[in-house]
Order: sequence, then C-alpha cells, then structure tokens
Amino acid sequence: MSSSSVLIQFLNGLAGASSLFMVAAGLSLIFGVTRVVNFAHGSLYMLGMYLAVWLAERVGFWAAVPLAAVAVGVIGALAEISVLRRIYKAPELLQLLATFALLLLIKDFALWAWGPEDMLGPRAPGFTGAVEIAGGAFPQYDLLLIILGPVVLGFLYLVLKKTRWGILVRAATEDREMAGALGVNQRWLFTGVFALGALLAGLGGALQIPREPASLNIDLSVISDAFVVVVIGGLGSIPGAFLAALLIAEAKAFCIGLGYSQATLVIEFVIMAAVLVVRPWGLLGRMPVLARPGTAEPPFARPSLRLRWTLAIVAAALALLPVVSGGYTLVLLTDMLIFALFAASLHFIMGPGGMYSFGHAAYFGLGAYAAGMLVLREKFPMELALALAPFAAGFAALVFGWFCVRLSGVYSAMLTLAFAQIAWSAVFQWDALTGGSNGMVGVWPAPWLSSKPAYYFLTLLVCASGIIFLWRMIYSPFGHALRAARDSPLRAEASGIDVRATQWEAFAIAGLAAGVAGALYAFSKGSISPEALGIQRSVDGLVMVMLGGIQTLSGPVWGAALFTWLQDAAARNVDYWRAATGIVILALVLVLPRGVGSLLQARQ
Amino acid sequence: MLELRRLNAGYGRAQVLFDFELALGAGEVVALLGRNGAGKSTALKTVMGLLQAVSGEVRFENKSIKNLPSYQIARHGLGYVPEERRIFADLTIAENLEVGRRPPRDGAPHWTPEKLFDLFPNLGRMQARRGGHMSGGEQQMLAIARTLMGNPSAILLDEPFEGLAPLIVESVAATIRELKREGLSVLLCEQNLRYARLVADRVCIIEKGRLCHAGSMSELDTNPSLLQRYLSV
Amino acid sequence: MNMLAVKGLSKSFGGVRAVERVNFSVAAGELLAMIGPNGAGKTTCFNLINGQLRPDAGEIYFEDRKIQGLPPRERCRLGLGRTFQVAATFGSMTASENVAVARLSRERKLGSLFTSFRGSSGKETRALLAQVGMESQADRPCAELAYGDLKRIEFALALAARPRLLLMDEPTAGMASAERGELMRLVADIARRENIAVLFTEHDMDVVFRHADRVIVLADGELIAQGTPAEVRADAQVRRVYLGEEAAHA
Repeated sequence: MSSSSVLIQFLNGLAGASSLFMVAAGLSLIFGVTRVVNFAHGSLYMLGMYLAVWLAERVGFWAAVPLAAVAVGVIGALAEISVLRRIYKAPELLQLLATFALLLLIKDFALWAWGPEDMLGPRAPGFTGAVEIAGGAFPQYDLLLIILGPVVLGFLYLVLKKTRWGILVRAATEDREMAGALGVNQRWLFTGVFALGALLAGLGGALQIPREPASLNIDLSVISDAFVVVVIGGLGSIPGAFLAALLIAEAKAFCIGLGYSQATLVIEFVIMAAVLVVRPWGLLGRMPVLARPGTAEPPFARPSLRLRWTLAIVAAALALLPVVSGGYTLVLLTDMLIFALFAASLHFIMGPGGMYSFGHAAYFGLGAYAAGMLVLREKFPMELALALAPFAAGFAALVFGWFCVRLSGVYSAMLTLAFAQIAWSAVFQWDALTGGSNGMVGVWPAPWLSSKPAYYFLTLLVCASGIIFLWRMIYSPFGHALRAARDSPLRAEASGIDVRATQWEAFAIAGLAAGVAGALYAFSKGSISPEALGIQRSVDGLVMVMLGGIQTLSGPVWGAALFTWLQDAAARNVDYWRAATGIVILALVLVLPRGVGSLLQARQ
Repeated sequence: MLELRRLNAGYGRAQVLFDFELALGAGEVVALLGRNGAGKSTALKTVMGLLQAVSGEVRFENKSIKNLPSYQIARHGLGYVPEERRIFADLTIAENLEVGRRPPRDGAPHWTPEKLFDLFPNLGRMQARRGGHMSGGEQQMLAIARTLMGNPSAILLDEPFEGLAPLIVESVAATIRELKREGLSVLLCEQNLRYARLVADRVCIIEKGRLCHAGSMSELDTNPSLLQRYLSV
Repeated sequence: MNMLAVKGLSKSFGGVRAVERVNFSVAAGELLAMIGPNGAGKTTCFNLINGQLRPDAGEIYFEDRKIQGLPPRERCRLGLGRTFQVAATFGSMTASENVAVARLSRERKLGSLFTSFRGSSGKETRALLAQVGMESQADRPCAELAYGDLKRIEFALALAARPRLLLMDEPTAGMASAERGELMRLVADIARRENIAVLFTEHDMDVVFRHADRVIVLADGELIAQGTPAEVRADAQVRRVYLGEEAAHA
C-alpha cells in the first residue's frame, strides 16, 4: 500500500466516522441522563435517511437534511413522552424491550411508507466532484463529512457547556438524585435529551444519503456499530464516542483498503475485545453506578403435580397426534416444538440466569448453518450432522458469552445484540461457505426420517428431552448456583460460588440448546437462509418468553406455542407482522409486565 | 415550619426510623444529635423525598410533603445539603450554582451568585474551578451556596462540619448563624456535640431510629448522663 | 493463635485515604468489635479482608497464610465467612434452599447439572436453621421474610460454609432494638460454642459493650485505640472522636 493510498484510506475512515459518531453520541447522551439504552437508535438513523431522501425530492438536498434531522428529533420526543416516560422506574429489561418494540414499529413504518426497495438519495449539490489528494481522487462530499463530525462535537460541547439546559443535563448525568433535590424537574430534561439524541441520529442518517441508499436493514447494522462504539468509548461519554468512532471507522477503512472487506466484522470484534479486557467500562467510560439494588425476583416454585400431569398429558397427546392428523398440522406442530425448545433455552439464561440476551437467534442460526454445512459440504450423514451441529452453536456461545458475563445489565444486552448482528453479517457476506443471501438448499433429513410423521416424532423426542433437561438443570445444584448468582452476586461470591464461571456455563448451555433447535429447524425446512439468525428471530424468542412470563417454568413453552400459532395464522393475513409484534411487546411491557402466565398465577 | 410525626422509614425492608418525631420552628436552628447509624441521615433523606416513608407524616409550612418527588419538595422551599455534599464534580462552581437556581420565592431571602460570593468570598475567587478540584471545606461551602440558590425558607444540613479543619468549621458555623439572621430555619444532623454547640438553639437526640430527647442546648449541659447514654461510647 | 492478622493495611480512593496503615489481629474464638464514626474506613477494611477490594499496601494473614490477591470465593473456601450490612440472601429461594446452596458450595457439589438438588431437607440444613431459630420458617421464600429473619438466614448461610472467622458488617442494622440484642446473643453463643472468631462493626454501643471481648476504634482510616471495652470506653481520644469534646465531666 503506497503512502498516498494510506492517506486516502485514512480520510475514508474519517468520513465514515462522522455519522457513526453522531449516532453513538446521541445514544450515549440519552443513556447518560435517562439510564435507558435506546435499541431503536439505529432506527432513528434509518428514519433520518428515508426522510432525507423523500424530502430531497421535494425541497432539495440542503433543506432536506436539517428538516429530516428535526423531524426525527420530534419523533424521538413523542416516543419518549408516549412510551419511555412510563417506564423509567421499571426494571431494566422492560426498558430495553420497550425500545426494542420501537425498533420494530419504525421498521414497519418505513416499509409501509417507502416500500421494501432501497432508496437512492441525490448527490449533494455543490459537492458532487472530487478533489485530488496525494495523487488520488477523493470525493468533496466526504471532505465535508470529515469536517462535520468535529463541528457537531463542538456544537454539542457548546450546548452542554454554555446553556442552562446543558448544565442541567450534565448535572443530571452525574447525579440525578441530587439534581432533583435541588428542584430540577427531570421530566422535561429527559424529553429534551431524548429529542436531541434522536436529532443527532437523524442527522447522521440524513448526511449519509449521498453515500449509500436508504434501506430497511440499515437500522440493525447501525445500532450494532453504535453499540460497539459506545462500549469501546464508554457509555455516557461523548468524547469517548468520538474517539471510538474514529478508531472503528479507521480500522474498517484500512481493512477495505487492504482488500479484506470480510475482516471488517472481525476487526470490530477484536478491538472491542482488547478494550474490554484492559478497560471494562470503555476508553473514557466510568464504572457504572448501580442504578438500583437487585430487585427481588419472585420465588421459583417447583413444578406442581398439576403441571406435571398437564405436561404428561400434552406430551401423550402430541405423541398420538399423527394417528388422527396429518400434513399441515404436523408441520405447524413441528415448528411449535422447535420454538418451544428455543424459547426454553432463552428462558434458561434470562429467567434463572438473569442475563439479557437480545441476540439468541445467533445460536439457533449457527446450529442450523452448521447442520447444513456438515451435510452439504462435508457429506456427513444427517444423524451425525444433527448431533454435531449444536456444538458449533455452543462454541459460539462460549466465545460470545465470555464477553457478556464480564459486563453487567445493559452493557451485556448491547453486546448480545452486537454479536448476533456480527454473526448475521458473517453468514450474509460469506457467500462461498454459506450461500450468502440465498442461503442453502437441499438440507434434507435421512430417508427414514423424511416422512412428515417420522420427522415430527424425532422433533418431539429431541425437543421434549431438551426441554426436560433444561428444566431439570434449573432445579439441579447448578441451577441453584445460577439463581444464587442472579439473586445476589455478592452473597454468592462470599459463599464460594464463582459467579462469572457459573453464568458463562449457563450461557454456553443455552447456546447449545438453541443450536439443537436450529439444527432440527434446518432439516425440517430443507433449506436455510440468513433469517434463521436474523434479529427478527431473536425478537420472536423474546416475545415468546415474555408472553409466557420470565419467572415461570413452563410459561415460555406455552408462549412459544401460542406465538408460533399466532404468527402462522397472522402472517397470511397481516402485512406488517413486525409492527404487530412491536405493539404486542409494548402492550406486554406497559400493561402486563409479568407475562400472560402471571394472569393464570394470580387466579390460582 | 417542619414537622415529622410518627415517621417510619428505611431502605427497602430494613427499617431505620421507628415512629420518629421532630419539629423545627421558624427561624430556629435545631441540631439532630446521634451516633452514626442512629438514623439521622435517613430522617433527612425521607423528609427530602429521597427515601419513601412507610407511614407517618411530614409537614412543611402546613402542607403535607410526604413522599412527593424531591424536586417538588425543593420547590416548596426546603433546601438539602447532603452529607457527602454531592458536588457535581465535572461542573464548575458557577455551573454548580446554576443547577440550584430557582425563581425568587415570597417570604424567603432571595440569593444571587453575587450575594453568595459575598458570603463565601473563597468561592467568588475561583468561579471557574471544577467541583472535583476543591478542598472539602470549599465543597461544603459550595454545597450550601448551591442549595441557597433555590431561595429556600428552611434548609437541612447533614453533618456540615464533617472532615473540615477547625478554622473552616468556624467559618461554616458563622455562615449558619448568618443564615439564621436572614430568617432561615436550619435543621442539622450532627454526631459531634461541640459542633452542635456552635450553632444550635435546640437539640433533639435520636437513637436507634427513635427520638429520645428534645430540649434546649443548655438543658443538655446540666444533664451529662444524657450525653453519656446517647452520644458517647 | 491468630485467626486473622492485618499488617500495615492501606487503601485510598482517588487520593483520599480510606484506610491508613492499620494493624490488628483476631484470635480464634474471639469477638472483636470495630467501631468508629462515619467514614472511618470500617466497611473498606471489611472489603479488603474479604477480598472485594485490593489493598494498596499491607498484608492480610488468615491462619498465618497470606491471602491478599485471592477472590472472595477462595477466601470463603479457606474458612472466611461474611455477612453484609444490608442482609444479602437469595430472594427467589426458600430459607432452607438458601442454606443448602451455601452448604453444597462448601462441599463443591454445586456444579452438578443433572442430579437433583437435595440439600434443602438435609439434616445439616435443618440443624443450621434450628441454630438460628428459623426452623419453623424453613420452607418460606426469603422474599417474604421479615428483615430481622433475613439477617438470621444470612447468618445461617455464613455458618453453612463452616467458617473459622466471620466478618459481620453491622449485624444488627435495620432491626428494632429488641431484635438486636437477641441476634447478637445468638451470634456470641454460637461463636463461643464453635470457637469461631468474629470481627464485627456496630453502631449500637449496647451491643458492642455487652458482647465484644475486645474493641478496636478507627477514625479517619487510622486505628486510634484498642483494648477491652472498659479500656476503650475510658480512652480520651475515643471520647473525643465520638463526642467531639472532652467529656471529662461526664
């Protein structure tokens, strides 16, 4: 690489850093004051892009960019007033889920408003050419972006430093309670901060339209990048966000420049790992003050006799079902069983483990892909592939889990999502191995299992055993250690329990079980596509668990069955399935935070 | 001015205050004395809405303020200076004052930064310094000044003399006496009798979350067994 | 024999000294109270001994073995138990399950994935609960217990590890007066019977002077006095830090 191309790549990195910084700064600002991690922040960026493209056709590029940013700011304020304001005192998990629901709603809103096709934006008038730098051509617009990043940083600095509002924001970031005791009403402060954070995301998006088309997938890739940036820079630190955005964007630019575009995902991961090992709270972050003392979880009752009988009868009925029913019912039931195992595995770490996973589909999908690759590329017999594939998922969970158990609460939740997105991108981009966006076809079960009833029996056997194993583990000594670690990490550690190792093991077990579900899924469909580990699947898992109730044993299994059936029934009738899911999540969070299962319990 | 009746409060299920009673008259300086762990800070935090009262009543200027959000309590004219001072470390002195600024209130002295810098000349000389780069004594002055910016009619001071050098103790005490002259009511927590003596008109003694003695400062001197029992080792 | 010996222990946070060159020791079976005004460094001292914090300087010996650098869980396995200022128990479990977890942890049997959890009805669990007077509440979830009972459960949890030294951070904080004396009597009885050394902090002077064999006094991170309760009570410097004046007439 010549020195001039080094310079060009360096400038490319700087240009890429600007938008990333704006999103990450907004995310950080919101978190600093409200202590809510906004999973929908990438969606606000996406919204900024779409609005800017749409407005540019009407009012021209230069008016469209600020208008789009302001519009996104207003939308952010509305979201804060209508949703977040109600849940600032709710448990962290519910807050995360609520912003997750916003993500889904915004995605479907964009789909409804602008359709599924990517939308190309106009070039920026006056900045369409290139300048010559060290013998290479460099787009003028990218130079503008390079300048805009520091300009926004400076603007934020001035607002926070010189205005009364900014002073109150900084005071509240440092010590919310004290600011309140001095008479600062936090309500409007929070709304304002949310609006500003949203505006920054919108601006970041709007400024990108001359460089890349607006697309529906951008929300997740941006949010996972932004998560990585704030984890590296330190959650709540704006200069940290700037530094980390530069670091990540430069690293990516050089990977692309050197011709290793696949390595961009890995490099992000490696940088984050290195930073987390040395500075667990990020480059400029501070150790988070525990927002609230550990909430006492309700007792986890042993399965009652009635539940045992109900389950036995259901299992027996399922086993006899192929006698009376066939075809489509069996296919649907196979799906239900697979997702019941998937939900049970997610519940294992979220319920007794108390860890958040917003990317559990990664392990489901990796199990499916491993099964496919073993059968198609390695020509393994199907039975062996089914047995081995889950270990690939378990291994990934072991690697990702190592990071996740080192961080607490929201940090860990952000990482799970970022890892899932990385896994998804890897599968999506690695054409040669995974078939890229087309996925793999011809992943069929062995001949003796190829009939619908036969495969159904296999699924029933494997999933039921898997669920029983997971449930037994909850009540095993290990399960008690896991709950002890969740209930009171300090007490557990003082009683000789290795909290991190216990949680790590649980993470890997859950990954393994999700991998089993994924492998079964691959053979039941005969094909695999990247959606198997897409974010939508992770969301599905969360909804299933929430629907059934996190602190119940069998709830997630009923939740999975109900959800799969609903999805099957509704997918044919409802166009905007994601938005519908989002509304269901919001309803659950705002109205029924303990899950449908809690209704049944309250009755008893 | 401020009245606590049969107040029960604590941290979660750990109860600290048991039927605690206290009254602060207008223009009065009352010291709440007790050993550490007796419940002094808990009492102030509960009054300020930072902890939830389980039962009982808190009245301020004849209005119930029990379990209101703390910003509303502050706006009613009750100022609070916590034990740890809780200066915003990243903010300058001037900015710290700005956070506390509220519009003038009827019946309470109106404070401006200029007026406060007369009271605390030290602060005036280093307005641009960050809260984190101040000595303990300066932080204490700033914490009081910041609370005064809200133009309160009564203030709660949690161990205002703790960790201060003797000279600074005297100047903080002079400030408190000055505030009394301005018409403010002051309730301060103290475990150190000598400090309480510097400023208080009346004392209340708290032990194990209960009020166990209330009387004038001089009464305490004539009854040393009280001291022995509740304050000494 | 010294169960615990602390030598030259120092710790500061961001330039502020919390604990400064503190030396003391606890003998087997001894009840040692650590007292001092707010911010004297008591809890920091505990966290250093327990392993939650790393000292800047100084040494900690447990039964003549250097233990600094070991995480809390390792210290627990060596026989160093702890209870917290705000009682920490496993809220989602019953009283007996709580104790059983601690017991299985001692036996290194908590890793088992597929066996069932049988500790909670065991003889030892029952005996431990009986010891702290909680046998009748054995099957109630901790989330439902009164705070005073939680303190007892936590004490049983700590005992389940068969400690030879117990660190108790304000064992009676958050309890009403009557309960306090009762709990401390229980602690003293068990400690004497089983020859467990107890190092505890306490604000309730009744408790301190009734139960402690010896008292050490911290102020501003430094050890300013140690001795029998009577000696400490008579110490002029101790009176000064507590009362703030020469209470000579008292």
